[in-house]
This record gives sequence, structure tokens and C-alpha cells, in this order.
Amino acid sequence: MILSLDSVSKSFGALKVADGVTFAVEKGEALGIIGPNGAGKSTLFNLITGNLLSSGGRITFEGRDVTRLPAMERVRMGVGRSFQIPQPFEGLTVFENLLTAATFGRGGREADMVEDCARILDETELLRKANAVAGSLSLLDRKRLELARAMATGPELLLLDEIAGGLTEAECTALVATIRGIHAQGTTIIWIEHVLHALTSVVERLLVLDFGRVIGIGAPDEIMASKEVREIYLGLEV
Amino acid sequence: MTTHTAYRLTTRTKAGTITGLVALALIALGFALPAFVSRSTIQDLFFILTMLALAQLWNLLAGYGGLVSVGQQAFVGIGAYAMFAAVILLGWNPVVAILAGGVAALLLAIPTAFFAFRLQGAYFAIGTWVIAEVTRLLVAQWKALGGGTGTSLPREATGNIMGVDLVRALFGVREAAARDILAYWLALVLAVAITGGIYWLLRNRLGLALAALRDNIDAAQSVGVDAVRLKWAVFMLAAAATGLVGGLVFMQTARISPGAAFAVTDWTAYVIFIVVIGGIGTIEGPIVGVIVFFLLRSALADYGSWYLLTLGLIAIAVMLFAPKGLWGLVSARTGLHLFPVRRRLSGPKIQGGT
Repeated sequence: MILSLDSVSKSFGALKVADGVTFAVEKGEALGIIGPNGAGKSTLFNLITGNLLSSGGRITFEGRDVTRLPAMERVRMGVGRSFQIPQPFEGLTVFENLLTAATFGRGGREADMVEDCARILDETELLRKANAVAGSLSLLDRKRLELARAMATGPELLLLDEIAGGLTEAECTALVATIRGIHAQGTTIIWIEHVLHALTSVVERLLVLDFGRVIGIGAPDEIMASKEVREIYLGLEV
Repeated sequence: MTTHTAYRLTTRTKAGTITGLVALALIALGFALPAFVSRSTIQDLFFILTMLALAQLWNLLAGYGGLVSVGQQAFVGIGAYAMFAAVILLGWNPVVAILAGGVAALLLAIPTAFFAFRLQGAYFAIGTWVIAEVTRLLVAQWKALGGGTGTSLPREATGNIMGVDLVRALFGVREAAARDILAYWLALVLAVAITGGIYWLLRNRLGLALAALRDNIDAAQSVGVDAVRLKWAVFMLAAAATGLVGGLVFMQTARISPGAAFAVTDWTAYVIFIVVIGGIGTIEGPIVGVIVFFLLRSALADYGSWYLLTLGLIAIAVMLFAPKGLWGLVSARTGLHLFPVRRRLSGPKIQGGT
């Protein structure tokens, strides 16, 4: 077990955005998270990465209680993330974005990270644009950069937040192939996504979130067949 | 096991190497200059170098650390007063007393950061200004250093500055001129050390962290950058160096008052003007900016408040039409970087790098 959440809660005033969330992720697993807009999916990610601190409950990563640890320490422990809206370091080049992530996410000298950054850039099809300024990239390349930069931190657990959203079918297929490759190398993945076929082609389990609560967790076909999920998530009258 | 590394990181460029050589020649020339030019030229150059040093430091804070301080006069002022205190109360030699200015500014920076870092953006700017004003009011209560009206360095101290005798013997000049030359040399050392130090910092791995922090603080923390510690470090460093500059400036004038030492126009507004018109977030920007500022100042010296009005209008025009400053225009047009900090990846499959 690489990550476990035990009754994790977060409130903004009276609004509960995470309400007693409990689940665990096995090492090497790929878990998908679905739920309607505003269900608290990105908030849940922020709680896991430490960008937000929870109001209650316990988060354990690799057997260590990380509930109160700030984001920068969790990433050094191996929690890497991509942002839903790409947040590149716009003034830096694509390569420098990765170099920053690698030197600070893992701790080390720039020169020692070059080979690895180049390899990740190759895997994410960004190598050609390594020296382009990140602010000049297209949406697809920004999404790739989010993934590549997260990979550069050397994550044991990779959190992907709607990385396929807004892409064309072909672009999506290419990105999914890259993610599947990363998963195949043993990286644990938690992936929030609205593009269901992309998600289900990678993940082994699905978690459904609604109003900050876990509605269901299990094999994708079981989850998608459940009456409650269909009502809440797909908005179907059954 | 043999490892074949196909990919390489380079920061060195031809322009950078040429800049380095030209800079060395200019520094050497700068040290020799007092032999050839008039005392008023030396005073002008002293002004340019000290403003350049302050501009590079403000640029480090705002252009890289995202810390838009409007309170740097606090550190100039406290540095100057600490220098005076060390001379008048402790009997230190003025040149050594400049170091006390740096230490005092560093000490003031600790509580300043503690309070101001709770504020963001415009609130941070105003907060630093408020702290500077409070410091000025407190220092004005310091009776031993002349209170609100200020004081001068005693004759015996100014007549006995370390190195002045050497300068007199070297150039055959009067004591006052020798003091100016010495101050000018110290300004040259400070400006070069500060510019060079910041450039070194930017090429170091901390340079990446600073750029990341400037572009996106959330993302920076999410890749492991310790944003809080970095901001503290940058703020402390800039404050200490600003204090040294303050000590030096008032060693040269040999006269101090709270109004002059804590002047927001002289030590922050002009400095921001220099960085903004030159180009924020680059080493070249403050250098270009300080030259433009000096020329404007000379040209408009006789026009009273029109001088400030013109500076303001120029700053607005530059912000609207060339937000990256004059150097930004040049480097966008030519791709030129005199102080390259880009880490270029070269190797197979990369555009423009084999």
C-alpha cells in the first residue's frame, strides 16, 4: 500500500469539499477518479499533494503520516502531480521546466539530471521542443509538459488531473499511450478524468466522488453498471 | 560500465564570453580611470555605480523573487546610520564602518520579512514602505546622531579614511578628491560584486528555483522548491547588500539626515524607474536603465519638478509599450543575451541543437 486516506475532510466555511474520504491505493496500481463538476476531485488531489491541508483525518504515504507536511516535502518523498490547467514556468524553456523539477523534486546537481530529463522529454514527445520557451507551447504540448515535469520529480505516485481534457481524439490517444508506458514501468497513478474511455483504458479501479464523498470504488465495469453511479454521475434516470 | 551521454547542458554562448572579456576590460579601465578624468566625472560615476548596485538588488527582489518592495530605503538608511554610528560612537574607520551598515540592514530585514511576508502583492509593497517610514521616525529620535536634523562625519574621521593617503600619493590630488576616488573604487567593487554575484546565483541551481517562483509559486512548490526559504534568503541578501551601498553613499557625502537617508524617491522610486525602463528580470536591464536614467537626469537637471514628471511619463510609456523595458526590445529584436542564463539542451532530435 503506497497511499491511504482515512476519513479525510476539508471544509471551506460551511461547504464540505471532502467529507470523510477513505480509500487506499496499492503500489503499482492505477486508480481513476470520476465525479461531476464540483464533486471535489481537484480538492482531493490538493489534499494528497499538500497544496491544501486537510481539516481532519489522516493521509499516509509509504507508511509515513504526511497529513501536515507541505507540498514541497511530499514531492521530495515521491508524490508528483500535474495541474488541471497547465501551470508551466512560462519564462523557462521546456527543458528548464524539467530540470527545475528534477533538481528540486529529487535533490541533486543539474548536470546529473540532464540524461534523465532528455529521456522523459523523449517519452513525452517533447524532445524536439526542448529549448522552446514554455509560454509559447500549444495546449497539447502544455499538457505533455505537465506530465513530463511531474515525471521529472521522480514520483512513486503520479497524480494526473484531467490531463486528456480539451485534446482531440488523436492527441488523446497519443497521450494515453504515454501514460500507459509510464504505468507499465511501475509508477503508481491516480488519474482524474472526464474522458472515460481514455481513463478506463489505463486504470484498474474507479473511484466515484460526489459532494466530497466517496460513492463507490471498484472495477470500472462494476462501477459504471451501478445504479447510484449512473444516477449521480451520468445523470441518467434508471 | 561505459556510459555514453548523448545529451549535454550548456549555458555558455559566444555573446556571453565576449561580454565577460569586455566586462573585465571595463573593470580594469574603471580602476585606472581616476588618473585620466576630472573629479566631477568620478562623482558622476560614483552615482551611476551606486544606483546600478541598488537597481540590481531591487531587480533580484522584484524581477526574480516576485518581492515588489517599496521600502528598500529602510536598508539604505539603516546602513548609512549604522556606518555613522560605528564611526562617531565607536571610532571605527569609515571604510570598515560600511560593513556595519550591511550587518545592520540584515538585522532590520529579519523583522521586516517576518511582518511583510504575511502580505501579498500590493499589500507587501505598502507594508515594506510603512516599515521604512517607521524606521525613519525611530532613527530621527537618535539624539547622538543628530536626531531629526542629522549630523556630519567628524573631521578627524574623514581626514583619516583608510587608503586616502595612498590615493593622494598615487594621483597627487587634494584630500577631498582622494576621498571621492576611494569611494568611487569601493562603488566599483560593490557594483561589480553585486552584478556578478546575482549573475552567478542565476546560473546556479537557485536561479532555476527563482525563475520558477517568479512564474508560478504553486507549481514551484509542487516540484519541490522551498518557496518560503528562498524568499527569505533573497530578501536577506538584498537587504544586507543594500545596507552596504547605503553606508558607502553616505561615507561619500559625509553628511546624514533621516530625510536623505530614508528618501523613498532617491532609494526606491528612481531605482524602480531604472529597472522598469531598462528591463525587469534581466541583468542587462538595470545596466541599460541606469545609463538612460543618468542621461535624463543630466538633461533635465534645470527643470525642477518637470524632471520628475518626465521620468513618470517615460516610465508609463515604457510600461505600456515595452513592458520588458528597453533591453527587452533589443533582445526580442536581436535574440541577444549579454548575460546568458538559459540552460540549453543539445543532442539528437532537438531543434537547433545537434
